[in-house]
Amino acid sequence: MPVTEQTVSLPGSPLVAKVLAGGTGDPVVYFHGASGNAWTPLHDRLAERFTVYAPWHPGWDTLDDLELFDSLLDLVLYYVDIFDALGLERPDCVGHSFGGMVAAEIAAIRPDRVRRVALIAPWGLWRDDQPVADIWGMPPGRVAELLWHDPRSDVAAASAPAADPEAMLRSYLASSAAAHFVWPIPDRHLDRRLRRITAPTLLVWGQQDRLVPVSYAQDFAARLPDATVRLIDAAAHNVHLEHPGAVAAAIAQHLDAAPVDAAR
Amino acid sequence: MKFVFFPLNPYRELPPDFEDRYESVYVTPPNDELCDPARAGQFYNWTLDEYEHAARLGFDGLGINEHHQNAYGYFNSPNLFAAALARTTRDAALVLLGNTLALYQPALRVAEDIAVLDTLSGGRVVAGMPVGTPMDTSFAYGVTPSQVRSRFHEARELILQAWTRPGPFHFNGRFTKLRYVNPWPRPLQRPHPPIWLAGGQSLETFELAAREDYAYNFLNFNGYKFALDTMRIFWETVERHGKDKNPFQGGFFQQIVVADTDAEAERLYLEHIQYFYRKCLHIPPYYFAAPGYTSKRSADFQMRRSPAAAAVREAVREGKWSNYIEHGIVIAGSPDTVADRLAEAIKGLHIGHLMASLQIGSMGHELTLQNLTLFAEKVMPRLRGIWDADGWPDPWWPSGASTAGSA
Repeated sequence: MPVTEQTVSLPGSPLVAKVLAGGTGDPVVYFHGASGNAWTPLHDRLAERFTVYAPWHPGWDTLDDLELFDSLLDLVLYYVDIFDALGLERPDCVGHSFGGMVAAEIAAIRPDRVRRVALIAPWGLWRDDQPVADIWGMPPGRVAELLWHDPRSDVAAASAPAADPEAMLRSYLASSAAAHFVWPIPDRHLDRRLRRITAPTLLVWGQQDRLVPVSYAQDFAARLPDATVRLIDAAAHNVHLEHPGAVAAAIAQHLDAAPVDAAR
Repeated sequence: MKFVFFPLNPYRELPPDFEDRYESVYVTPPNDELCDPARAGQFYNWTLDEYEHAARLGFDGLGINEHHQNAYGYFNSPNLFAAALARTTRDAALVLLGNTLALYQPALRVAEDIAVLDTLSGGRVVAGMPVGTPMDTSFAYGVTPSQVRSRFHEARELILQAWTRPGPFHFNGRFTKLRYVNPWPRPLQRPHPPIWLAGGQSLETFELAAREDYAYNFLNFNGYKFALDTMRIFWETVERHGKDKNPFQGGFFQQIVVADTDAEAERLYLEHIQYFYRKCLHIPPYYFAAPGYTSKRSADFQMRRSPAAAAVREAVREGKWSNYIEHGIVIAGSPDTVADRLAEAIKGLHIGHLMASLQIGSMGHELTLQNLTLFAEKVMPRLRGIWDADGWPDPWWPSGASTAGSA
């Protein structure tokens, strides 16, 4: 699968966005989680049917860029600018974890710019009885136990952050960007805005997710006007890496369920 | 040369197996299990008595800092202690090092508290402005790591304006929106109390101190040998800004214990030093790595310095007296030994303000008083005039405090 990396300038803004793109078909924008952007087997599979765009969250080059973002609204507008720059009128939006929260915010604030939505274990809601885990306040080994159904699996080992300084820095910048928008509790009142998401929304969750417990799937579904929940067994927070085939199939089925213009 | 007695006010009675049973001394050590309010109050009173003893002995300043949710140093609000000391001391500088500006929104309260203390004490206040550790700012107080520095700078700007611009005026910041800024009173010292920064190893802090002529204090527990490289880079930054290399712009925190002989020092103090390094610094690395707290540039710098820090950590882990001494982590021994080593440290680091840590870890009240007395009577006099021949002024000292330390 040929994948291109492109930079995108935004008119009137000092910010430069960076985007991975591959595949052919209707546009899907994929928003990555706090561990950083990468082209994964899930991207490959989606790219068989769609043109997949995977932008980096801001701050990918320097944390100074985050000074221009005071809230999630600034982030939503950043992505709407990127849609404009890429000529995407009304793409499907897919996001994992923090990226799922971002996709949901875009769909709530600009429902006119999002066709269909798939959220994989998104952040964004908060329950006092089952708090979203603080991945930044625990040792890496414990984080791995929350991310993976089997922390000793090959895919878990292959996804561990590399020890070279360049990779460590990239990983630091990615988690810093996510933390910038959600620290210390990933609740910015998305619960009030989910009702505005007119796009049919698929929620994909790993049954054994201990980072954002699976009970959150029902909390999202209860507030969304049009939601479908798909739970995947033997999977934790990184369900998209543990079961890329099943996740891709569920998303493709959801995105294909209506022709491109049906939602307009 | 000026000497500031700088205790951390640790919880002095943690259980012997603390570091094995608990994840961290900071942020999460359970207060219901570990912190007895009656003992905490006793330790506060001991610390205040120790400050007053130090003032009577002729220390130039009393250093008080701010940390939260920990057993390593739980002053919480330095201004409360400075208020008590403003009433019970006459000459010593009240070195607030300081208020963690990013925590206060708006930081007007910090401007007010320091102004109150300055008027109350007759102009003896140093306004220290530390950025604050990630544990204090991001984990205990929930400040977004990537905003700690921006919030710090905005608060600093607001406080400086509140002290120097006639009120009322408006302040339209990124985080702080105030229609009327007009605090009563403004500080006694004009244009404002001296500003000291307290740093770990952020290049941004070196730059700020050099640019704005603030005093820079390297607060680090690795000792003076480790600090040589850091302070060298600070002084290079000062010279690059075309400024004088005035030693009074630099300060350093050093653990110091004095006894009649070197052997006696080991016997009296080793367990307390071990307590400090094993328990009070029992902080997991992920708390220091709050995502976004450190700029890309400083992260690079600290990564380059990490082998030196790791060597110190290794030396400390063993807990051997000789390791603490050889690495300069603790300056300890007879008055002669301590004075010789300190002279080497002061000259090597090129500093005019010494933050003398003379209450360490589990050291009890009597032993602390004894350490203070020996230091003041037998060590300080030998180092007093160390910079006199150079004739530097000390514009970083509060105008209402005594000037026993020359300059």
